[in-house]
Amino acid sequence: MTWVKYALKRLLMLIPVIVCVTFFLYLILSFSSGSLARQLLGDDATEEQIAAKEAEMGLDQPLMVRYGKYMLGVLKLDFGKSWVNGEDVLARFENRLPNTLKLSTLAMLFAIGIGVPLGIGSAIKQYSLLDYGSMFVAMLLFSMPSFWLGTMCQILFCLVLHWLPVSGADSWDCFILPMLILGANTMATMIRMSRTSMLDVIRQDYIRTAKAKGASAKQVIAHHAMRNSLIPIITQVGVSFAGTIAGAVVTENIFAIPGVGTLLINAVKSHDVPVVLGTVIFVAIIVGVINLIVDLFCAVIDPRIDLAA
Amino acid sequence: MAKTKRRKKPLSEYSTGELVLFRFRKNKLAMFGVFLLLFVALAVAAAPILSSYAAVSKMHMSDRFQAPNATYIFGTDEFGRDLFARILYGGRISLLCSFAIIAIAFVVGALIGGAAGFFGGKVDTVLMRIVDMLMAVPSTMLAMAIITALGNGVWKLVMALAIAQIARFARIVRSSVLTLRNVEYVEAAKCYGCSSLRIILKHIIPNGIGPIIVSATLCLGQTILSISSMGYLGLGVASPTPEWGTIISENKINIQAYPYLGLIPGICICLTVMAVNFIGDGLRDAFDPRTKN
Repeated sequence: MTWVKYALKRLLMLIPVIVCVTFFLYLILSFSSGSLARQLLGDDATEEQIAAKEAEMGLDQPLMVRYGKYMLGVLKLDFGKSWVNGEDVLARFENRLPNTLKLSTLAMLFAIGIGVPLGIGSAIKQYSLLDYGSMFVAMLLFSMPSFWLGTMCQILFCLVLHWLPVSGADSWDCFILPMLILGANTMATMIRMSRTSMLDVIRQDYIRTAKAKGASAKQVIAHHAMRNSLIPIITQVGVSFAGTIAGAVVTENIFAIPGVGTLLINAVKSHDVPVVLGTVIFVAIIVGVINLIVDLFCAVIDPRIDLAA
Repeated sequence: MAKTKRRKKPLSEYSTGELVLFRFRKNKLAMFGVFLLLFVALAVAAAPILSSYAAVSKMHMSDRFQAPNATYIFGTDEFGRDLFARILYGGRISLLCSFAIIAIAFVVGALIGGAAGFFGGKVDTVLMRIVDMLMAVPSTMLAMAIITALGNGVWKLVMALAIAQIARFARIVRSSVLTLRNVEYVEAAKCYGCSSLRIILKHIIPNGIGPIIVSATLCLGQTILSISSMGYLGLGVASPTPEWGTIISENKINIQAYPYLGLIPGICICLTVMAVNFIGDGLRDAFDPRTKN
């Protein structure tokens, strides 16, 4: 039951982090909040209208009072209402989160499923055609802006060839291209990471020992090298998953998928602070949970990791 | 001459820096990256000679959608603006901003991480909690949240992306200071009676700088991508000012009919980032030949 205790401890540690992040954003916001009501109402609003709007947004109160009220609301799962259209932030989120999670999970599965075998394969057959080929692909995808790749592929496969739907999230085939585009960069990282990790392991002394004792190349890889090389890869999966959720902002925007990313972009553009804060809190929680799962997974694979410590 | 001179000196007499440079110069891909980046940087720096700032926004309504030709090397967009001039001047913003972002994040991150690693104890705990807070949200999302508060604009974008990168540098610097603090030669220097400043300047920085430079270089490539993504999403550099990402987004609807409008700016970004990544990989292998695969 150590892992339950460990998981609970880690989840509790998320709370101060979220408190700090939101406070940090509140603090920066207080420098510019004076003009926010004016920006929302437009240039021809009267002073009274602006004052009324500020009161509605709670901007007439001191920073700490506002922040305290907001955090009390968050405790009761009330993330406030959008400044732009007055909709409940949590409700907007419940609508859109499934699409983003679906897209990022699919992208991660694609990146791991293709990237890790390619990386491990190119480590085992170092300096082969497979090695050079996959390193080239990895370097190319690693250097390519995903918005450009996405736009160009959308034009080629959706508008010119008509193979896939251009945008939306209504059917399963809407997710094919976004998944590939979002996963491309992560796949490049996975290839490079798993290749380095595998190369590192197969140069260890215990691999030489295993070979000297007469184990076949297959046995050495499967029984001695694989498990040890997986730990840095799994850690990388955690880091990349967070990056994928952030990357989904761009991909969702290109393919007009109603997800958290499109919600965030519109909120940032219209200075809709409650929506942005809500998004940040949700993403921090999701990233925290993913990292927790990754650490638990590492402990399963590597018995040397002691969760109780 | 230079070759014979080099051989006269035994290998053990070369300083670490010389050896790093030597290994780096042997790496063909890395040198290719250096030349490619220099080429892009020179072209961008020579923008006023190769073109003029007036050409960036000058519209030639009679020359709309000209494919690349002798007058317009990269062609023209839907307003007949010269794409070559726009990409050159856009590159100025993309490159300068990325360097500024990395420089700010590097300095602030190194100060935080260095102080945390060197002093340890409570300073370490407090500073690392701040870093954990910055790491809790993916850096692009954190940057977007900061932009919401600061508003649009080139320098605000630079600040937002720099703040979002600080945590990463603080972590790397801290871990390398922590390992170096307990190394024998630092202890020996302490026994000799060296001051803290001398230990930091003469022992810790020269020995710990390698992985930090590597990570800064690889981070630079990703920052060029982040800036143009922000431009593409409409956060940061506003439309009449050219920037590599905004050039692609403003031509988005015309790319299908005129593919060069998308291909040329995209390839520019790709080549620049690739050059930076080649240099980063080359530096990594040069600083630590054991990791070379």
